[in-house]
Amino acid sequence: MNLEAYKGVFVFAQQVDNVISGIAFELIGKGKELAKDLGTEVTAVLVGSDVKGLADSLAEYGADKVIVVDDPELKEYRTEPYTHALASVIDEFKPEIFLIGATAIGRDLGPRVCARIHTGLTADCTQLDIGDFPLNPVPGKEQKHNQLLMTRPAFGGNTIATIACPDFRPQMATVRPGVMQKAPKVEGAKANVVEYNPGFTKNNKYVEIMEVVKAVTDTVDIMDAKILVSGGRGVGSPENFKILDDLAAAIGGTVSCSRAVVDAGWKPKDLQVGQTGKTVRPNVYFAIGISGAIQHLAGMEESDIIVAINKDDTAPIFDVADYGIVGDLNKIVPLLTEKIKEAVAASK
Amino acid sequence: MKIVVCVKQVPDTKGGVKFNPDGTLDRSAMLAIMNPDDKAGLEAALRLKDQYGAEVTVVTMGLPKAEEVLREAMAMGADKGVLVTDRVLGGADTWATSQTIAGALRNLEYDLIITGRQAIDGDTAQVGPQISEHLGLPVISYAQNIREVNLEEKYIVVERQYDDRYHVLKAQLPCLLTALAELNEPRYMTPGGIFDAYAKDITVWGRNDLKDVEDSNLGLKGSPTQIAKASDKVRKGAGEKVTLDPAGSADYIVAKLTEKHVI
Repeated sequence: MNLEAYKGVFVFAQQVDNVISGIAFELIGKGKELAKDLGTEVTAVLVGSDVKGLADSLAEYGADKVIVVDDPELKEYRTEPYTHALASVIDEFKPEIFLIGATAIGRDLGPRVCARIHTGLTADCTQLDIGDFPLNPVPGKEQKHNQLLMTRPAFGGNTIATIACPDFRPQMATVRPGVMQKAPKVEGAKANVVEYNPGFTKNNKYVEIMEVVKAVTDTVDIMDAKILVSGGRGVGSPENFKILDDLAAAIGGTVSCSRAVVDAGWKPKDLQVGQTGKTVRPNVYFAIGISGAIQHLAGMEESDIIVAINKDDTAPIFDVADYGIVGDLNKIVPLLTEKIKEAVAASK
Repeated sequence: MKIVVCVKQVPDTKGGVKFNPDGTLDRSAMLAIMNPDDKAGLEAALRLKDQYGAEVTVVTMGLPKAEEVLREAMAMGADKGVLVTDRVLGGADTWATSQTIAGALRNLEYDLIITGRQAIDGDTAQVGPQISEHLGLPVISYAQNIREVNLEEKYIVVERQYDDRYHVLKAQLPCLLTALAELNEPRYMTPGGIFDAYAKDITVWGRNDLKDVEDSNLGLKGSPTQIAKASDKVRKGAGEKVTLDPAGSADYIVAKLTEKHVI
């Protein structure tokens, strides 16, 4: 494999029902940083049916180029035609890096593509850097520069590993949604579009979609929530969870709780965070009136940002909180809800 | 119907984490269980056996002690067990692992292959789809319910889970499914089953029993991904702690969330 022939950072611009998924913009944002370090460009690969009109939105978030693979066979996600689309794009355009969102689509598509083209794939990355491999010079081993260093949690979050793919191209990673930042939007940016269609011929690997059933439930699984507003015994009563409901509604979050709340019969078990409940890792975790027993911390300390509000200055929750506020939740939470509403309204 | 279920013996997440000097996990030093998603896949196979009649073969790759999960699977009701073990297969990433298992599966007859969605040690969810690619089979990942198997017309109907929906997919057999732990509640081993399981022979295969696999695709040397660094997760330390009046507290939180692009 001639590694030098592979240039540029490519990202898979996932769309569902012809709406670009947020992860696509996040990958472009990260891809731009990596491309800058490498002195190259970021290209979004948009795959679907009748999706060309979405290309400009990818340019607005920083894509230098958009490769559009548009075909009726690609209307809904199916493993085989999407794998064929991406594998063909890689063969044709030879990117050195290819990023895919670690979604229910990307975690199926990524492994299938890398198995087809023979390269490595690092799953569920939370950090991506350009650097040397090995990290430090090792006698008798060539140290390669400008490698993609892919960092991911493993073993239930107990370990962190940094992985490289020094001898194969592209270097592929799936990236956890909600971790990377979008670049600022440039209104009116126009995409440099390249249309490419490798041709799609049905074979035994094509599956037939008999039915699409969209979720009708309005209760979000707390493990999938990006923002959790979690209450403990300190909330005081089941009725007082209303102030948490209001905060969750204002910030687009979901309410969860500690074991004490479930044991008291205030909330159902499926909302419980902790060792005997669910392990969550949202982008933001509000711990409101939760003291922070070790069993609770085990279920939420992987959250990206932890905000704790508690009247007890010595509560262990403050040992893991990024932002700890000592005070009366009954006064602070309603005010916070109002100020978040104002901030959200102002940003629109 | 012939069903092959791929299972993995994994370190229990509740145990401690140990590393080899090269940064790979030292599996021999940790407690071992059958991976939960794989167990759900096995249960799905056993239910198909109950409903349609099937021969269920469990396959695992690992150290010799991984035989334990095959015994457990047979005590639950699986008919045969195959252990793939060889020093040269060690240190494999998902590419090399999927090549190894595909090499083993080429020796077996199957209408359906079931793997777990992901293992609790690596959490990659890659090996199932990769095996299907190497074998040229359709894959249905994240299977949450098997609705129908039709052996005459050789198809299967499965619900495939996504973030906000599921698709009802019809795939040709043979086909590979990756099972979610939510698929079912696995049955317990029975005393008679345990007795029978230990009376049965387990097939043990090494490198030379793998079919149509190059040495360059096996073990640590055949792995495109390499570990640059691995470490215990460092527990996050305390951040800022403030005591302000209620309005000041609310302003403080809003400022921090704005800074972090949350609002």
